[in-house]
Amino acid sequence: MTGITVWPVGVVVAQVTLFVLGAPFLVGLMRTVRCRLEGRTGPPVRQTWRDLRKLLGKQRTQPEKSSVFFAMAPVVLVATTLVVVAFAPLLSIDTVFSGGSDLFAIVFLLLLGSVSLALAALDTGTAFGGMGSSRLMAIVALAEPALLVAILALAAPVHSSSLPIIVAGSLHHPMWLATPQRILAFGAFVIVILAESGRLPVDNPATHLELTMIHEALMLEYSGPDLAFVVLGESLRLLVLLALLSNLFVPWGIATSLTGLSFVVAVVSLAAKVALLATLVAAGEVMVAKLRLFRVPELLAGAFVLSVLAVLSSLVIA
Amino acid sequence: MRAHGAAAALLALTSGTVLLCAALALWRRAARGIVSALRVQGFALAGTAAVLGVQLHEPLLLVTAGLLVAVKGVAIPLLFGRLVQLDPSSSETDPVVNVPASLVAAVVLTLVAFVATRPIVESVRGVPITLVPFGFATVLIGFFVLVARRKAVSQMVGLLLVDNGIGLVALLLTTGVPLLIELGGTLDVLLVVVVLRVLVTRMHAELGVFDLDSLQELRD
Repeated sequence: MTGITVWPVGVVVAQVTLFVLGAPFLVGLMRTVRCRLEGRTGPPVRQTWRDLRKLLGKQRTQPEKSSVFFAMAPVVLVATTLVVVAFAPLLSIDTVFSGGSDLFAIVFLLLLGSVSLALAALDTGTAFGGMGSSRLMAIVALAEPALLVAILALAAPVHSSSLPIIVAGSLHHPMWLATPQRILAFGAFVIVILAESGRLPVDNPATHLELTMIHEALMLEYSGPDLAFVVLGESLRLLVLLALLSNLFVPWGIATSLTGLSFVVAVVSLAAKVALLATLVAAGEVMVAKLRLFRVPELLAGAFVLSVLAVLSSLVIA
Repeated sequence: MRAHGAAAALLALTSGTVLLCAALALWRRAARGIVSALRVQGFALAGTAAVLGVQLHEPLLLVTAGLLVAVKGVAIPLLFGRLVQLDPSSSETDPVVNVPASLVAAVVLTLVAFVATRPIVESVRGVPITLVPFGFATVLIGFFVLVARRKAVSQMVGLLLVDNGIGLVALLLTTGVPLLIELGGTLDVLLVVVVLRVLVTRMHAELGVFDLDSLQELRD
């Protein structure tokens, strides 16, 4: 094996390991920021990892008459997200599968995890599960078009929806940072990411209020190791989405050459960017109240308008 | 060449902001939010004039930009601000077309604008001309606000969206309307806003609401 073939495999292993280790810390960081801003001390940042360890040591339980969907959903959620982590150029532009790391493929892989969770929630047969999955599907059905159209706006200047090419394109053209289409697409991405990861204007991850909960309703029946997988999967998804957002719009720091130093720089810069984004999201959550469920389509329609305007302006300016 | 590219990008940014503010005026329900969208749009329009003025070395365009800041960025939003304070409940609680549907309509109108201005864009070369669809879409969205919103404040904002859109198209097409005409047009709009404001204040005094739908019956 020469160094050139070992490197991309090493990148994949490093990406998967670092992301799995880092995702619970991200959730912990956001919770700590919220607590500090609200004048509380809050649990330590590593609390999410402690919870996961505790849950992994517990016994598995499964509702009566639930099928294989219930048992498989946490695994599918984590597995699809891990595939995205392995595929996507998160730390380095060269990964093993960089040829196949298409933005559309990544969006649909992440969607697969949501759909499997929704199916599992229906599978349990409880009232909350059905309510949660129908709400999730309604939101996803509105968020997905906005996201796909926003991707078109990013793909148009480089004539490719392949992630490494888009990231490399914006690395080479720093002027693109402030073009209208990228600013509009950024707005659409932020709204969709908040909706998909169940953060505040759309869903409140901190409460189990039955009238409003969406993501919490889906994982109500899970316990023990299964719950640990669901929590890990959700936090991984949030980390991946934030990392993709920062790499798509502010890619500086990502490793382009095959050296150890550039890799270390990539890890540090990505961690810094994601931590900054997470802090901003958490700080924003302190300021806003949850939208009424019937107002959520307005928000997502706004994201759709932003992404359509982004595509149109990329056509005009190209 | 590099400076030229930067000017083109800035021009695209400011005129894109004009269109975005039109969409925001349709998105927001609170009267305060709609008025602040209008304010940002006024500044963006002035920014377009300023960028064009610097790019083409036309000092008169900079004077136009200053005028636009004074009237559309400061004076008109201030007049609206007083109106909003008068009745804080003047937000769009029940628009004729609901918000998601009107946002989709805004997308369709923008597409129409792009298709309709295609002959103009293709006939002339130059960055300012390619941005004309933004202005045209702003005009169409302004008309849509006039049709789809009930409250007096939103309707006045709709009228001003139309005016800002026409202003943007004129700026980009002619790269600078003569200052005299610009002065006349802008002050005209200011006058219209003042008159409308008096009318709306009177309506508020008579009816206690800003809702145009309550003006259904004729009276002696």
